[in-house]
Amino acid sequence: MTQLLNRILPLVQKPARYTGGEYNEIKKDLADVRVRVAFCFPDTYEIGMSNVGMRILYGVMNQMDGVWCERVFAPWGDMEEQMRQHDLPLWALESRGPVKDFDMIAFTIGYEMSYSNILNMLRLAGIPLRSSERQGLHNMVFAGGVCAYNPEPLADFIDFFCLGEGEEITPEVLDLYDRAKAEGWTKEAFLLAVSKIDGVYVPSFYRHEYAEDGTLEAVVPLVDVPAVITKRVVEDLDRAYWPTKMIVPSTEIVHDRANLEVFRGCIRGCRFCQAGFSCRPVRRKSADVLFRQAKETLEDSGNNEITLSSLSTSDYRELKELTDRLIPYCAQSKINLSVPSLRADNFSRELMEKLQTVRKSGLTFAPEAGTQRLRDVINKNLTEDEILTTCANAFSGGWNNVKLYFMLGLPTETDEDVLGIAELVYKVIKTWKEHAVNKKRGLRVHVATAYFVPKPHTPFQWEKQITPEEYLRRCKLLKDHFYSRSIEYDYHAPDLSRLEAVMARGDRRLGEVILAAVENGAKLDGWDEYFRYDLWLDAFRSCGVDMDRYTTRGYSDDEILPWDHIDVGVSRGFLLRERDRAYEAQITPDCRHGCAGCGANKLLKEVSCDA
Amino acid sequence: MLRAMFSKTGDAVWISHLDLMRLFQRAFKRAGLPLTHSQGFNPRPSVSIALPLSVGVESHCELLDFQLDGVEVPVEELRERLNEKLIPGIRVLSVYDDGMKLKELGLLRCEVVMEYDRPVPEGAGESVRALFGRDQLLVEKKGKNGVTEQDILPMIRSLSVEASGDAIRFQAVVCCQDPSLNPMQLVAAVERYLPELSPVYKKVSRMELFDKNGQPFR
Ligand code: SF4
Repeated sequence: MTQLLNRILPLVQKPARYTGGEYNEIKKDLADVRVRVAFCFPDTYEIGMSNVGMRILYGVMNQMDGVWCERVFAPWGDMEEQMRQHDLPLWALESRGPVKDFDMIAFTIGYEMSYSNILNMLRLAGIPLRSSERQGLHNMVFAGGVCAYNPEPLADFIDFFCLGEGEEITPEVLDLYDRAKAEGWTKEAFLLAVSKIDGVYVPSFYRHEYAEDGTLEAVVPLVDVPAVITKRVVEDLDRAYWPTKMIVPSTEIVHDRANLEVFRGCIRGCRFCQAGFSCRPVRRKSADVLFRQAKETLEDSGNNEITLSSLSTSDYRELKELTDRLIPYCAQSKINLSVPSLRADNFSRELMEKLQTVRKSGLTFAPEAGTQRLRDVINKNLTEDEILTTCANAFSGGWNNVKLYFMLGLPTETDEDVLGIAELVYKVIKTWKEHAVNKKRGLRVHVATAYFVPKPHTPFQWEKQITPEEYLRRCKLLKDHFYSRSIEYDYHAPDLSRLEAVMARGDRRLGEVILAAVENGAKLDGWDEYFRYDLWLDAFRSCGVDMDRYTTRGYSDDEILPWDHIDVGVSRGFLLRERDRAYEAQITPDCRHGCAGCGANKLLKEVSCDA
Repeated sequence: MLRAMFSKTGDAVWISHLDLMRLFQRAFKRAGLPLTHSQGFNPRPSVSIALPLSVGVESHCELLDFQLDGVEVPVEELRERLNEKLIPGIRVLSVYDDGMKLKELGLLRCEVVMEYDRPVPEGAGESVRALFGRDQLLVEKKGKNGVTEQDILPMIRSLSVEASGDAIRFQAVVCCQDPSLNPMQLVAAVERYLPELSPVYKKVSRMELFDKNGQPFR
C-alpha cells in the first residue's frame, strides 16, 4: 500500500492530505482493538479537518478502550482517478487499512450537497451501498450531524442515525456493538437493540406510505420502535469531553486554528436558520473551563490562532470574563484571537476594536433582507441604523471595504424588498461619502445574494421555494439598480440551491435519485470544479421524481412531513406560531427578553435552558 | 542566528515548503521555544529554510535558520526538545550556532533512483553512462519565461551510475546554488534521450551539502 501510494502521490495535487502522520494523530495496536471505526467525512481533508464535531468525536471514540477510530476523507478527483486505475480501495489515514476491513463506518453529515460523496466514498471503499445489501455486523454504516434531522433521503443507505450531539450517544452505541460482535449477534438483532438507545433512528424499521397524490401518508413502525425519535443533547458542557489534544494538520486546511466552542444553542430565532432552532436549548461553558481549555489546546498544538465559536458569540454571557483573560494571554504568547459572529452591541464593538477584527477580516454584515419589514418577517434583528453606525465608525477609521450578504426568495418578499437591498447599499455609499477620511482610495461594496432554501425544523419548513426563473429575475432586478462602480454584485446560479432544497426537505424517494446520480458520476457537488447539474437532472428524470414537489410546491400544514418523526426539541406548535408571526411581520424578541416557549427546554433534565 | 540541520523522509516528503515552515513554527511553540517575530501588522515567527525542497523529494541535509526570542537553550537540548514535538519523518539531526554563510553553499550530493516494473535490460547502465559522457546534454527547464533548454553537464561535478535489479541508481554531486541543478533533471535527460528507459517511479534524495570548494557545508 505504502509503495503504491508513493507512486501515486507525485501525480496528485496536495499529496500531504492523503498520508496521515500529523501531530497528535492517534495510532493503536490492532491486537488491542476490538472495534474499528472508519470515521468518514464526506468532503475533502481540508474541509473535514476544519470540522469541530469531527475532532470532538474522534477524541471521544479513541478514548474508549478497545476502540480505534480512524479518519477517512473524500479524495479529490485526481486521486480518485488514480485509485480506480490502480484498484486501490478507499483507506483510512491512521492505519492505511482499507475501509472495507472496518467494523463500523461512521459519517458526519452537515451539508446536503455532500450526499453524493457519501455514496461515492462507500463505492470507492468497495462496500455495497444499500443497507439491505450489507449482511452481518461487519461494515455497519451509521451517521450523525445536522443533516440527520431529515435523514430520509439517505434512509436506504445508512443502517442507523444518531440524532443530536454525539458525545454521549456514540460511546453507548459502540459499547453495544462491541458486545454484539463478541456475542456474534445478527445485524437485525443489533439494529433492534441499538434502536432502544435514545436518539437512535433505524430507518429500515419504519415503512413510509404515500397517498395517491404523492404526499406522505403514514410512517409505520414495523417492530417495537419509538414513533418519534428525540435528539440527544449534552446537559453540562463544562464536564463534556473537549479535545485539547487536537490533530495539527501538516498541510493547510480551511480553518487552520484552534477552536473553542463557547456555548450551544441560540437565543435569537432567525426564522430561516436551521441551526438556530435545531441546536437549542441553550447551554454554555464557563469562562474558567474555556480559558483552561484554550491554554491547554494552544500549548499542546502550537497553533498561533484561536477562534471563539458559536452561532452568535456576542450572546455568550461570560464573554467579557473570558476575553479579559484571553486577550492578555494571547498577546503575550503572540496568538491571534478571533471572535467571529459578533453583533453590533456596545461591548462587541469595543471588543472588535481591541481585536482589530475589522482590520483583519473586513467589515461584514448579513442583513439577509433589504427592508426592515422583511427583516422583521425573518426575525433578523439587525437594523439599518446599526449597519450605518458601524459603517460610519469604520469609514472614519480609514476603512473602505464592506461586504453585505442577503437572501432572495424569502417568504413574503416583494420587488420592493429586493430594491430595498439597493437602497441600503446606497445608504452605505452615502455614509462613506460623509465619513471617509481618504476618498481617493474609493469604496468597494461587495453584495452577495443567495437563493433561499427552506429548511426542516424552522418556521419556514412548509414554505415554497421560488422558482429558479423567479430567483434570477429578482437578481437581475437588483443588478439593474446598481449603478455605482463601487458595487460588486455576486449571485450564484440557482442550480445548487435548488438541489439543496430538494435534499433538505426530501423523503425516501430520493434515495434512488442519489444512487442514479452517483452512478452517473456525481461527486463533490459542493465544488464548482465538479458540480454537474445535468447529471442530477438526468437522475431525477430517469427515476421519475419531480424536483418541484420538494421546492416550489411547498408543504401544507396538514400534511405529514418526512421529518415529523424526528424531534429536535423545538415543537411544531411553536414553529407554526412563529410562521404566523412572520406573516404579520411580527418579531419575536430574543430569549433574554423571556422564554418564547420553543419547547427545547424539555430536553434538559438536570439544568434548565440557559438562554 | 541558530541553524538546525534536519532530515525529511518517509511520508513527510509530501509536505510542501510553505507547510513545512508552518509546521516548524508550531513545533517551536509546542516545545516552549519562543521565536523572534517579523515586524508588521501580522507578526510571523521568523524561520527560514535554505534551498526549498520539491514535494516528494527526500533529504538528509535540510537547513533551518531561526532565532530564539529572549531565551538561551543549549543546542543539544534544543535538538531534543524539537524532536519531541515534531512529526514522524522530520528529525532534527543537529543544532549549532556557527553555521556558514548561505552564500557559500555550492554543491549537493544526491541520490536518484529510477524504478521499473521489470528488471532493467542488459546494457542499460552503459547507455546511461554514455549519455552523460556526451559533450552536451540539453534538457528542458521550466522557468519564469516559459520552457527553455539548458545544458546540464556543466552543473554535474561527479556522477556514478549503477543498474541492478529493477532500478538504475545515480550518485551525483551537482551544483545547488548559482547556478543550481534540480537532480530530477538527471531523470529528465534519460526520459528525453533514452525514452525506453523512462522509469515508472523516481525517487530523489538530498544527501549532503558542500561549499563552492567541495568542503562540507554546515
Ligand atoms: S426554551 Fe425558551 S429560552 Fe430556551 S431556547 Fe427555547 S425559547 Fe429560548
